[in-house]
Amino acid sequence: MIRSFHSTLGARVALSLCAISVAVFCLPVRNGGRASASTGTGRDPEVLAYASPVEILFSPDGGRLYVLCQGTNEVRVLDARSYTPIKNVPVGHIPRGFSLSNDGKRLFVANTWDDAVSVIDTSSLDVVATWPVAAEPSSVVEDREGKHLFVANRISNDVAVLDAQTGAEEKRLAAGRGASYITPAPDGTKLYVTHIYPNPAKQPTPGGNRVPPESEITVIDAARAVVVDRMPLHRIAHSFHTAFSADGRLGVTANLHPKNLVPLAHLEHSGAFADTITLFGLDVGKPVELPLDELERYAVRPFGVAISPDKAHIYITCEGSEIVTVIDVARALRFIHTQAGPYVQDLSASANYVAARIEVGHDPRGVTFTPDGRNLLVANRLDDTIDIIDTSTNRTLRTIPLAGPKPISVLRHGEQAFYTARYSFQGQIGCANCHIDSTFDGMTWDLEPDGFGRDIVDNRPIEDLKDTEPYKWNGGNPNLPTECGPRTEKYFWRSENYDSLTLTDLVAYVRSLPSRPNRWRLAGGELTPAQDRGKALFERTQDKFGKPIPESNRCIFCHSGPKGTSQKSFDVGTKKATDNSGLLDTPQLTNIAITSPYLHDGSARTLEEIWTVYNPEDKHGRTNDLTKDELNDLIEYLRTR
Amino acid sequence: MNQKYAIALIVAALAFSAPALIAQPHGDAHSHPASASATKVSAVPGMPKFRFENFTTANGLPDNHVFSVLVDGDRIWAGTENGLAVYENHGWKTYTPADGLAHRAVLSLALDKRTGDVWAGTMGGLSRISSGRIDSFTQLNSGLSNDVVYGVSVEGEHVWVATAAGACMLDLHTNQWTLYNERNTPMNEIWVYAVSATPTKVYYAVWGSGLLEYDQKTGRWDKYDDPDGETEMVLFKDQGLIHEIVTSVSYIEKDNIVWAATYFGDSRYDGRYWHNFLTKDSGLPSNFTNTIKAVDANRAWFGTDKGLAYYDGANWAVYRPSLTTGKPEMTVRDARGKLTPIAVATAPAHNYVLGIDFQGSDIWVATAKGLSHGILQP
Repeated sequence: MIRSFHSTLGARVALSLCAISVAVFCLPVRNGGRASASTGTGRDPEVLAYASPVEILFSPDGGRLYVLCQGTNEVRVLDARSYTPIKNVPVGHIPRGFSLSNDGKRLFVANTWDDAVSVIDTSSLDVVATWPVAAEPSSVVEDREGKHLFVANRISNDVAVLDAQTGAEEKRLAAGRGASYITPAPDGTKLYVTHIYPNPAKQPTPGGNRVPPESEITVIDAARAVVVDRMPLHRIAHSFHTAFSADGRLGVTANLHPKNLVPLAHLEHSGAFADTITLFGLDVGKPVELPLDELERYAVRPFGVAISPDKAHIYITCEGSEIVTVIDVARALRFIHTQAGPYVQDLSASANYVAARIEVGHDPRGVTFTPDGRNLLVANRLDDTIDIIDTSTNRTLRTIPLAGPKPISVLRHGEQAFYTARYSFQGQIGCANCHIDSTFDGMTWDLEPDGFGRDIVDNRPIEDLKDTEPYKWNGGNPNLPTECGPRTEKYFWRSENYDSLTLTDLVAYVRSLPSRPNRWRLAGGELTPAQDRGKALFERTQDKFGKPIPESNRCIFCHSGPKGTSQKSFDVGTKKATDNSGLLDTPQLTNIAITSPYLHDGSARTLEEIWTVYNPEDKHGRTNDLTKDELNDLIEYLRTR
Repeated sequence: MNQKYAIALIVAALAFSAPALIAQPHGDAHSHPASASATKVSAVPGMPKFRFENFTTANGLPDNHVFSVLVDGDRIWAGTENGLAVYENHGWKTYTPADGLAHRAVLSLALDKRTGDVWAGTMGGLSRISSGRIDSFTQLNSGLSNDVVYGVSVEGEHVWVATAAGACMLDLHTNQWTLYNERNTPMNEIWVYAVSATPTKVYYAVWGSGLLEYDQKTGRWDKYDDPDGETEMVLFKDQGLIHEIVTSVSYIEKDNIVWAATYFGDSRYDGRYWHNFLTKDSGLPSNFTNTIKAVDANRAWFGTDKGLAYYDGANWAVYRPSLTTGKPEMTVRDARGKLTPIAVATAPAHNYVLGIDFQGSDIWVATAKGLSHGILQP
């Protein structure tokens, strides 16, 4: 089955001929319904509730298929033979991961925006409990004995250990940054945790945090509920799902390997990312990173992974390329055992082990085998479909549509444009490569074609962007159409331009991205005593010696307004020798607690370093009169923004 | 800080940074793993005898100046002047700043028993060692009050820290740091040497400001001082803390007993009565006590500049290289004050003792010239 983005686009053009300007969409998608958006355009004004399936799994008896639908906040239960709906089970806000208990009687769902786990009784298909966990739970797994439930928390960077019967949290294990996906080994003794953000740099880098990323797979002893190993993932920034062969001898993790130390202008030399998998286990020996890309045939953003029951093939969903990449395991093992690595920079390597590239829908995510092991199911998040692939022919047998709106709304089309890689040169990257799950990547980049190592920039988050223009650290782009259009096309994609309709929809989507809940704010908006003291410091007009602080040197002057930006540029004394200018756009403060590193070049690894290291002359606000207690208070307040 | 304190503080600082200068001269014939068997001389009933095996740079330790020791099951962590060493599977592995350790000099250690993470207080910040990964917190990159971390103790999701510029607590759930100093506690001086944290109470040993108690339930602070005031004279024995310069504290929560060490003697407090320990009227080998480690309400170990001491509630035993000959010695002082030398073939690596921890019935001792493993003898 061949899908064409442009055929979809053609349909959209027919639906949207009256598009004349950028729409302003701010409404969240409502669960199970339709809501009108405020827009001054004549185009489809509706925000539609798409299912957006992200994960799928079969019941132990193979009779049901559970589909985790992030867009409608529910688990859809389908008959596994006919794929007809049995029941939709509402869960929490923006669910990201789910799994069955070992006896199959309970289905656990991690709800990212509610910081909660929903427990579904699989006989009644009702939510029977909702357990609070830490910040942004993204994956949940029960141990073999049914004693503990392990929950990966993306924002608090840990794995919570809960009593599997009561949900009471017993402890949290330190994971890597952005802990998101937990996979048990086949024998259940170990759990493997992957992370969507790189770990913080260990050492300060006065030159501008120009370091390659380092990540890890955190290995947990399930019985003892302690971390027993951390497999280093060198130069890998983002890791997604892991899978094991049935015999447990082969493990595979999907990775995104950025090349952030060379200007992104070198996209034509495959200079942006390598899309890779890491193989590990007894069949492999020392873990090996293998590229999936091939010249002009990239496998952008590997996400979901499955190994066939006979261990002959590995299947990897590639979000941006909208394909499933199939690896011949025997050839891959032969390759790594006979060819000396490293292989990541070698675009010819994948020809040695990639057996097929199967086109699927928009933003393919979770994968699973049918109980008989013959077919592979793929959840296409941005199509609301599930592709069924015959693994003997590597052809799509059937596409199961999930119930929901059929028209492609402006936001949906914009989101598809955001996640696809097909606009960039040779289809190498998409917006979501750096804005992982429409957020940020925790990285600094050498973006501009102005020489190696010049103008290193921190990647700013894109949530709640409305009224924060201009964009770029130098404030060079006055609005989102410029930022997403000519700038992206010229500097990043180096390929075809968006048509005006797609650009309009893309901008509408980006502008619609809401801010996730702030975990440091108390309910009701009250401040803790430390936050309250910090707010007073943020707003102060005199220093501790009673001297007036010049207006331009007060925190609240530049970081004014509800989003903490005056939308003006200032020189705060952070210009490096490698920077072309010290005049910098004032960044918004939205959810600043979670978006490290900081400053325009990411040189401050923590909020504290902004002032303890990079503000020696008080140009970035008057702060050098503060005691350590007071600086801590100021930071506690900033975390509430 | 008055002049008297300033002088004492300098002396202590010298002792801490260069303990060999203060320690008594001794031979080093016993500084290698002991090979001699235990002697047959019987000790005073109940007083343990040990065969000491000593680790130095000669057998893998990164430095002979060992500030702290931590038992973690079969693993032994040693905080040395030149890295954090862990003894596992009969070999030493050393973590240094190149691995992410905040500083090479590791002053204090604590184990998070729930997670297995080890926390190390160093001369340059606080480090968490979690299955090989080291995360370091400093006064520049975090809310840590000061980079010189003399003490650390983990209780639940809270990491309590004693630094050269106040105390602080890191909440592992919120990542919030709370600082405790002269502005929000009865802490007159802010040079905090040690901490002992439990779910009910947290005790801080403050250099020149007595013993601070934090009630976890009420959030209130209390302070225990030397009733004699700022003096080295003991006018009111057993009426309170023996001295304001408190170097170490060990709290037994189940018995509500706190043991406190100072450079001028030691104290035990049961919530109502104080008992002071001085060389002149106990078996304590020196009033200059670096560390104290309680076993329970009645028993405790003392690390002094003149040897390792054990108190069982009535009798004392001192283990050390002889102050005159350097030969291993064990001396028992019974409740009546009678001294009995016990013939032994081994002793701790040095008599300047900085750290103590227990491994079942064995004891591990950090000294100025090596790490010692005391293996209980039948």
